[in-house]
Amino acid sequence: MIKVIIIDDEPLARSIVEEFLMEQKNFTIVALCGDGFDGLKAIQEHKPELIFLDIQMPKINGFEMLELLEHKPDVIFTTAFDDYAIKAFESSAIDYLLKPFSKERFKKAIEKWERWHVNQQGFQQDFSELQQPVQRERVVVKQGSNIKIIPVGDILYLESADDFVKIHTAQGSFLKNKTMGYFEQTLDPAHFVRTHRSYIVQLAQITRIDPYEKDSFVAVLKNGTKIPVSRSGYPRLRASLGL
Amino acid sequence: MESPFAQKSFFLAFAASCVLCGGVVAYVVHSFGFSNKIALQDAGLSVVLWLLGAILIANTLRYYLPQQSRFIFLGGLIVTLTAIFIGLSSVIILKWLVRSFAYREFYMQSIPVRVAFSFLVFTSYGLVFAFWFTMQNQQLNEKRNTEALQLAKEAELNSLQEKLQPHFLFNSLNSINALVVVQPERARLMVQQLSDFLRGTLKRENNGYIPLEQELEYLTLYLEIEKVRFGHRLQTSVEIKGNAGQCMLPPFILLPVLENAIKFGLYDTLHDIHITLNARCEGSLLEVAVSNPFDSETAGQYKGTGFGLKSVKRRLHLLFDRSDLLITKTTENIFTTTVLIPQIT
Repeated sequence: MIKVIIIDDEPLARSIVEEFLMEQKNFTIVALCGDGFDGLKAIQEHKPELIFLDIQMPKINGFEMLELLEHKPDVIFTTAFDDYAIKAFESSAIDYLLKPFSKERFKKAIEKWERWHVNQQGFQQDFSELQQPVQRERVVVKQGSNIKIIPVGDILYLESADDFVKIHTAQGSFLKNKTMGYFEQTLDPAHFVRTHRSYIVQLAQITRIDPYEKDSFVAVLKNGTKIPVSRSGYPRLRASLGL
Repeated sequence: MESPFAQKSFFLAFAASCVLCGGVVAYVVHSFGFSNKIALQDAGLSVVLWLLGAILIANTLRYYLPQQSRFIFLGGLIVTLTAIFIGLSSVIILKWLVRSFAYREFYMQSIPVRVAFSFLVFTSYGLVFAFWFTMQNQQLNEKRNTEALQLAKEAELNSLQEKLQPHFLFNSLNSINALVVVQPERARLMVQQLSDFLRGTLKRENNGYIPLEQELEYLTLYLEIEKVRFGHRLQTSVEIKGNAGQCMLPPFILLPVLENAIKFGLYDTLHDIHITLNARCEGSLLEVAVSNPFDSETAGQYKGTGFGLKSVKRRLHLLFDRSDLLITKTTENIFTTTVLIPQIT
């Protein structure tokens, strides 16, 4: 039997997927979840082959939940009306169902997954292209078994650390399995600037810019931290500060 | 506006017509027994003067084409040009170019014909140019009109989309889709509620004032539908004190506040939420307070004015010319939005 988890914050939306799925052979629903936190736990516990995932959900949305998973199951998105979202995951999701969807449309999604599953056994679905549909307002990170939600306003600066990005806040620093380029693209450029290959800084945190050796500078933050500014980062920083 | 000479085919036709007219002049002069040289001089001068006249007409009409009595204006222009043409050509040709007495005699006798011919030439050019610029004007007007129409349509569409809230609509339809099999009676009820809500949205005008009671009927439908969608997670209570129900308010002003509270409450917390709406009328001020729970740790950006409230604030400002009619307040984990509506007596 193929294990399936349905994650949606609306009970009736879960039940329609449940109803349609009951008519399919070989599928068993191992969990129904009302938010991303429950979803995470259930996915780690049951290791399902396939999940049905809503996007707009309490606390963390569907995209953010996926970001926190190390081993991602196959995903069929279910959503009502998200122009941006549809564009964002058109390329990388197996399928997406626009609510309300018909039984026929649902069957097609299942068939699509089955074809895909047979061909790509053991192959990870590529979510690297999956972008947040809008500029992010928060970053979700995992700290041990806890999930921490960081409003972007609380970010002091970001620092690259091998395959991770270290997010520095007043409450401490957190690691996130993403690239600097990803953050550069999804953080609001009106508030954040990449001063260096390895650093992105929140503009509101900068108190002054000091010269450092020749040709280079450091940005001094309110809490005293000094952030390197590279030769190419300096004009960017000046432009962002409106100098 | 584009000059007609800028178009190659037009320019070629224009040049051809000039050469043709010149040819006619040369032929006629030659047929009266004058030398080729005289015939060509006469024709050449005429062509040059006609050309200058035509350019003058084109440029005048390009920058000044009166909407009314344009033909009188054009006629005057043509008559003036014809007079100048005869004056100039007679002076130039008789004083400087041709000294023959026979030709002088011939020229004087042919003046009426020359006047008539020039008048015809200028009239044809004048009409062609007037036609050209009128067309251009029309095209420009049409373009402007379509643009204005497009803008109006877009604005209308935006407001319609704002009113219909596709996210709410499609999710509600999805809930109905689920209820149809398991609870057909509730599905039917929800179809009814959704229809009434949509009818209320479409029917209502954006202007004028309605009593709070009437607005509440509409808001209740919205709350009922949202409760079906979110099940036990969403609870609501509405309290109207004293005669607040009879107080007047602009329609649709409370819906965004309520939407904001529900979204904020549902998406910022994990547990069940309770939304309250309290209304009271004090003196000449209707006060409606909507509150929702939120998580003070992660709310971050939503502090201050919530995301759906800007338009409400702007509308209140436009209606009453006051910017203190929308107040937001946070106490512990409760976010309260208060809308104040001055009562006009």
